[in-house]
This record gives sequence, structure tokens and C-alpha cells, in this order.
Amino acid sequence: MAHATAHEAHEAGHPTPGTYAKIGLFLFVLTALEVGLYEITYGEHAGAFGHDIQPFFVPLLLALSAVKFALVAMFYMHLKQDHRLFSGVFVFPLIIAAVVIIALVVLMAYHWAFATGR
Amino acid sequence: MEATEVSDHAEVLHTSTGLDSRKLAIWTFIGSECMFFATLISNFLVHKQQWLSGPGPFPHQAWTDPATGKVMEPIIEIPLVTVGTALLLFSSLFVVLALYGAQKGRRGMMLGWLGATITCGLFFVGMQVYEFTHFVHKGLTLQRNLFGASFFTLTGFHGTHVTIGVIWLITMFVLALRGQLTPERSLKLEMAALYWHFVDVVWIIIFPVVYLIK
Repeated sequence: MAHATAHEAHEAGHPTPGTYAKIGLFLFVLTALEVGLYEITYGEHAGAFGHDIQPFFVPLLLALSAVKFALVAMFYMHLKQDHRLFSGVFVFPLIIAAVVIIALVVLMAYHWAFATGR
Repeated sequence: MEATEVSDHAEVLHTSTGLDSRKLAIWTFIGSECMFFATLISNFLVHKQQWLSGPGPFPHQAWTDPATGKVMEPIIEIPLVTVGTALLLFSSLFVVLALYGAQKGRRGMMLGWLGATITCGLFFVGMQVYEFTHFVHKGLTLQRNLFGASFFTLTGFHGTHVTIGVIWLITMFVLALRGQLTPERSLKLEMAALYWHFVDVVWIIIFPVVYLIK
């Protein structure tokens, strides 16, 4: 009985197919934005505006990816509604993963700068 | 009695956390996979610019091979990969709809969306096979240069994960056809769906890092 109640409460918080579809559409729009951003910055038809936004290209792209990642994890993987322990089990290694990537890239950037004398 | 948060009523398990151990296990596995792909992404980022011969990573830029003097054509095809990315994103939507169908006991909905997910997954794998073949024809192989080695390792491991995901989903489809994926047993599909979403979120990172960022 207690199990059924917990299950129903768990199910009640889940999004509806309409919400899933809206998120799917939004994810598609964000992907189109990523590719569009690439095309106006570095694509064959990139112009002066593209040149101006080049310094913001990577941060913008990473921000768009982070939003997509969070939407899939929160809504499709149900981390928003599920028990917090699942979020912890996923987010903690994710933080380690991010630290590993940043640390290695910075380390190797210094290494190559040193090796090439720049 | 301690409440156990599971969607598999037929196999109620009572654990110290009150959570289903199988679901906790798949999340732990996904967490470990995050670190696995972090090392591959780091490897790619570190070695991306370190190539001395053969095709380089710039999609719209020709490259003259210093060893042979041969002009290398741009190799990456952004439109093709964008289609693959869109398919993978939509497959995430489809599998969550299939899971919704499974949990609500709507067999037709579950089978239809599960079939759509498998189709998208197969198209993605096909796209990657075509891309790899195309790259090899253009002169980029695993052994050619550091860019090639790190590119094939990263995208190849991801492709392997997608293939495993497709096999897992086909297994779920067969179970659903046999009537063995009832709402009480929908956790089986939920675990496969979580793995599939993970494969999708990894590609969400790989796509800009490998194909868009110079």
C-alpha cells in the first residue's frame, strides 16, 4: 500500500507527452541555433558580423549545449521529479568529469605553449 | 512497511535507501560513463590541433600536407552530422513517449514510439558508418595523425554505445511484442531509456566540441 502510494506520487510529478514534445521542439531549435551560429561565424557565408562575434562563439556554443544537456537530464531522464540521490549519483561524477576536462586542457595548453616557446 | 520507489510492482524490492537498486545501479553506471567520456573528450581537445600530415579537422578549410605537398580537402560535413544530431535528439523524445505508454499501459503507443526510437538509432549508426568510410577514403584513418586517432576513438566509442543502446531497445521491443512490458514491469524500459538519454547527452557535448568549435 505504502509502495503504491509512493509510486503514484512519483508518477504524478512526471511531465505529460505535450510537455515532452515542447521540450523536444525546443531542443531542436537550440540545435538549429548552434549550427546557425557556426554558419554565421565560420561558415562559407560568414560576414563582418560573424567576425565580430568570434570571441563569443565558444562560450555561446557551450552555453547552448549546457541548456540542452540540462533539459534532457531534468525532464527526459526525470531527475527533476526523481529522488535526489539519483541526481547526486549523476551530478557528482559530472563535476569530476568537467574538472578532468578543464585540468587536462589547461595543462596541455601550458605544455604546448612551453614546447613551442610562445 | 518501508515504501520502495519502484515502477516494477511485480518485483517489489525493499532496500535500505527505499529506492530500487536496479535504478540506482544504472545511474551509478551512467555516472561512471560520464568520467569515461570526459577522458575521451579531453584526449580529443588536447590532440585536435596536433597533426603533422593528412587531413585536418577544419570543415571549411583546405590543408596542404607538408609531407607530400598535396592539398587536402575539408572533410567534415556539417549538414550530415546535423541530421544525425537531430535524429538522436528526436529519438530521446520518442523513447520517453514509449516509456509513458509503457507506464500507462498503452501498448500501441509504446510499440510505435519504441519502433521510431530504434529507427532513429539505426539511422544515426548508419550516418556514422558513412562518415567513417568517407573519412578513410579522404585519407583520414586511426593511424594517420593525432587528430584522426582522437576523433575515431571518441566518436567510435560513442557509436559503439549507440549500437549497444539500439540492441537493448530492440530487446525491449521484443519483450513488448510478447506482452512482457506491462506497467508493473516498465522499469526494464525505464533503464534502457535512461541509457539512451545518456547516449544523447554525450552527443550534445560531442557535436559542438568535435564538429563546430575550431
